[in-house]
Amino acid sequence: MADRHIAPDTPELRERWDSFAWTKENAKKADWHIAKYPEGRAKSAVMPLLDLAQRQVGEETDTQGWLPLPVIEYVAAYIDVPVIRVLEVATFYFMYNLVPVGKFHVQVCGTTPCMLRGSDDIISACKKRGMEKGKVSEDGLWTLTEVECMGNCATAPMVQINDGNYEDLTVERLDAVLDALAAGEEPKEGTQEPGRHTSEPSGGPTTLKEMVDANHDYRGDW
Amino acid sequence: MPKLTVDGQELEVPEGATVLQACELAGKEIPRFCYHERLSIAGNCRMCLVEVKPGPPKPQASCALPAAEGQEIRTDSEMVKTAREGVMEFLLINHPLDCPICDQGGECDLQDQSMAYGRGATRYDANKRAVTEKYMGPLIKTVMTRCIHCTRCVRFSEEIAGVDEIGALYRGEDMQITTYLEQAAAHELSANVIDLCPVGALTSRPYAFEARPWELKKTLSIDVSDAVGANIRLDSRGREVMRALPRINDDVNEEWLSDKGRYQVDGLTKRRLDKVFMRKRGKLAESSWDEAFKAIAKAKPGKNVAAIAGDMVDCETMFAAKALLGAMGSKLLEGRQTGMDYDVSNLAAVNFNTTFAGIETADAILIVGSHVRWEAALVNARIRKAVKNGAQVFVVGPKWETTYPATFLGEDLSVLNRIPKALGDAMKKAERPAVILGGAALAQGALGAGLKLVDKFKLVKDGWNGFNVMHFSAARMGGLMLGYAQKNGMADVVKAKPKVVFSLGADEMDFEPFVDALKVYIGHHGDKGAHAADIILPAASYAEKDGTYVNTEGRVQFAEKAVFAPGDAREDWTILRALADALGVSVGFDSFAELQAAMIKAVPALGEEGLADFGDLPKADSKAKAEGTIAAYPIKDFYLTNPIARASATMQQCSAELIHGEELAEAAE
Repeated sequence: MADRHIAPDTPELRERWDSFAWTKENAKKADWHIAKYPEGRAKSAVMPLLDLAQRQVGEETDTQGWLPLPVIEYVAAYIDVPVIRVLEVATFYFMYNLVPVGKFHVQVCGTTPCMLRGSDDIISACKKRGMEKGKVSEDGLWTLTEVECMGNCATAPMVQINDGNYEDLTVERLDAVLDALAAGEEPKEGTQEPGRHTSEPSGGPTTLKEMVDANHDYRGDW
Repeated sequence: MPKLTVDGQELEVPEGATVLQACELAGKEIPRFCYHERLSIAGNCRMCLVEVKPGPPKPQASCALPAAEGQEIRTDSEMVKTAREGVMEFLLINHPLDCPICDQGGECDLQDQSMAYGRGATRYDANKRAVTEKYMGPLIKTVMTRCIHCTRCVRFSEEIAGVDEIGALYRGEDMQITTYLEQAAAHELSANVIDLCPVGALTSRPYAFEARPWELKKTLSIDVSDAVGANIRLDSRGREVMRALPRINDDVNEEWLSDKGRYQVDGLTKRRLDKVFMRKRGKLAESSWDEAFKAIAKAKPGKNVAAIAGDMVDCETMFAAKALLGAMGSKLLEGRQTGMDYDVSNLAAVNFNTTFAGIETADAILIVGSHVRWEAALVNARIRKAVKNGAQVFVVGPKWETTYPATFLGEDLSVLNRIPKALGDAMKKAERPAVILGGAALAQGALGAGLKLVDKFKLVKDGWNGFNVMHFSAARMGGLMLGYAQKNGMADVVKAKPKVVFSLGADEMDFEPFVDALKVYIGHHGDKGAHAADIILPAASYAEKDGTYVNTEGRVQFAEKAVFAPGDAREDWTILRALADALGVSVGFDSFAELQAAMIKAVPALGEEGLADFGDLPKADSKAKAEGTIAAYPIKDFYLTNPIARASATMQQCSAELIHGEELAEAAE
């Protein structure tokens, strides 16, 4: 987290991104977001618009997308907000990328539950595949980031890759997911544990067992 | 009116007060960093924790908690004491212990409060955080490692200045205060964040490592860089003014000061006239008082003598000159150097009648020919407050960057004859409408047409006078009260063909028409006036003499002498008194006290600090018509409007970087 920084404002950056503008489709989406708020409160839409901009940059560069300064300035001008206010938001939230990332942004959760369930192995497996924290791999496919809790503690350890979560990982299962992504396939999202559907207790229910088949009123039991 | 108890003391507090304000009313000191009376409440420093019952059994941030009926507040309990110690310990975890090399030392909130409320020693032995310095322009020096993230500077620039440029980037431990891309903070009130900063993160760049607060002599003074008359404190050491800081005066400057008023003081030691000079064979050469006086006497002006007052002179100087000329039989006094000739038969018509505090409550404001941001930066902050409360603002004149939404009605003054519908509707709806006429409008002769608006917009009501004229020279109102005005302005002085012209620090006037006269410059800086003069008599600047000043709202204020004038320079009134002897006339005073008494006898209003009463507005001339266009505003460069500022290295740098910076960059490309 501490190494988060804004991409330097260089002439090359300006040249590449000064012409940024919504695509026709995204312009519609942006206005739809703004229309959710009362007249004159367009600035409330800053977060969805930054996300939209990041996705558009992603499409243009075939990556997850990031927010170059000219794009942040474009968003600020679009909702008529001082650019420093938009930059504050963009630097505050971790899901806005401030520097270029690869096609697949592998965000490994390293918070306590995941760590106890082996996230260290996951991170070293990623590194073994040539990923480096905060850097884009040579083939342009991967960027590794260690993040804080993603709220999937019941299915720890997990990684988030772009918009999908991959849970209940082991090194082998992670390799399978990453291989599939690299091959252009769409691996199954969510838990990778065979037989598990979502975050239900593995090995069957441990509490509220009477509720499995039908509703049960526990109040008499207390 | 909730009733509550603070440390067992019962009291009643106003509706809407916070617990912190209630404690202050009870006479308790509450430590704080982020809370500031004139900014919005942030509640992020946690230093103001108190114990409040009823409520959760934990300390509460008093700055953000509304006072309510029946609260029992304790500021002296064990819980509060340990809470303050805890907060202070956390604040100091990442704060460097570099007080000995910090400019805030001795006037630092963190230093004082850690002494009063902190633990004796630290328990923290890990590495401290370090943050890179941020560039914020030529006035603000940053040492961001010292920042405790109170966000006062962010809130000031957003709320008061209206120029969103400082922000808090990143989050948590990595939070950093910066301007966008580390651009210079470029507005007229930027340096106020230095005063607001409770630690040494933002300090004054020109004053860096110059002095410690306890070495400085503090003198109460008045800012003369514009006609607002901001109350300032001059901090001096020996013979040098080290810095100017604002004093709190809610009627005038609240607690802010424009960057020019604050930083022109380094000009007080540069380009000073500290010796008598006389023009000999076309060149100015050093001379003596005797020789100069003899030369003036030799000119035998008799009645043919005129005095032109500069923009920064005090009333005493102007009165002394008036007495001298009076004794010689002349009334050729003028202060409007650039040749303005508006009617001054009724001073209410050229006064800022609404008052600065009043303009905050206006709900529709028409500005005619005034670049308020540059002519009176602090008034602009007041207008911004009015706009935030719902006022509409219309401007006639060339576009300038307002810090609030404003409608520009074009440069043609004829809109005053045929009011556009939007303006007319807004004024009709307004309960407290106001009109502000600036110097550019006065120069176009729009005063008469402006006065016609008084009836049209119903500017004068019970307890409300919405007609205002905004001057921008500190000496203007005082000069007008003392009769420094000819019917046709400077043109009358030129026509009278005086043999001797006394220029009392007048640098903006045109000396060309006085080519045959003996031009005596009585002033303190080697600027335009001195270049054109035949005789230079070195005088004192505002920091070097006692004096009375009247601001544009007619507020009489008194400034004290902070330091002695350099070299042979003397206080202006002594020069004029000595001149009287040399010219063989009597002016009737031998001391400053006598001079002041005579002045107050002549103009009683100057003897009372506070607003002078100029009576009712005159009846408008129904034939008056506004004509012409306002092509430009009189101030071309905010940072270089007077001889002191022009001599100041800091102001020159500001001008070069903040006003001409873009041009320079373009020229380099």
